[in-house]
Amino acid sequence: MTVTDVRKDPAALTMEIVSEFDAPIERVWQLVADPRQLERWWGPPTHPATFTDFDLTPGGRVSYFMTGPDGERYHGWWRVRVVSPPDVLEVQDGFADGDGEPNPDLPVNVMRIEFASIGASTRMAIRSTFPTLEAMEQTLAMGAEEGMRAALGQIDDLLAA
Amino acid sequence: MGDVTADLAQDLTDEEVDRIFQALADRTRRDIVRRTMREDASVSALAHRYDMSFAAVQKHVAVLERAGLVTKQRRGREQLVRSNPTTIHRAQQLLDQLESMWRNRLDRLGNLLDTPTGSESP
Repeated sequence: MTVTDVRKDPAALTMEIVSEFDAPIERVWQLVADPRQLERWWGPPTHPATFTDFDLTPGGRVSYFMTGPDGERYHGWWRVRVVSPPDVLEVQDGFADGDGEPNPDLPVNVMRIEFASIGASTRMAIRSTFPTLEAMEQTLAMGAEEGMRAALGQIDDLLAA
Repeated sequence: MGDVTADLAQDLTDEEVDRIFQALADRTRRDIVRRTMREDASVSALAHRYDMSFAAVQKHVAVLERAGLVTKQRRGREQLVRSNPTTIHRAQQLLDQLESMWRNRLDRLGNLLDTPTGSESP
């Protein structure tokens, strides 16, 4: 896996990250489209993901939860906006309460994943769009510690070099 | 790596970038930044945590304040240290975290692709 491009716009609250994988497009698509495989990489080791409902059709619903180290569950959902295997998946991504019911008070983000073949490799571009700063804060709250540590670790590495 | 520094540098002068990196070139100050991103902390509480004199912590906080990474507010008898990004800086921080989250995720995805899997079906 190689990250080839990252673009962040703090005014528009968008992030795009592009990576390349040494695998054919159909295989990479399956790692997104098959919930059992998606579970194996979606969450960090501290917060593994479990996908319960998984309907990747236009308008379809996906339900999932992340399990924290204390057993606490964080529920989320996707509503599929665009899906065209193996090229693109675009979903609304929101928070839900303990029963998996979307929480109308919490914001909805948009995530778009696009795949393209480059020879025998696959290019995967993820674009995340947040409606507000608070939406991004909430999304990251769970992984904040990990993300913060990782981000500051990168600065540490830079300073140590 | 270059992405983080390039983004940081976009809206800041060279002097400001220098101050930020100098501020972060100390592990106590890095810890103060991490801590205050989660919640405000008084100078006395920080001194207690780091087993350091009040004056020593104040010096660290002053460096962080000058770099724009924290603010200090008097609240009664206490001096409260707060994370101080402007909205844009906070957005930059969050986007950096989001980038880290995705890099880790994509690493895991890559590892799965590298492992020969018996479950691979046509």
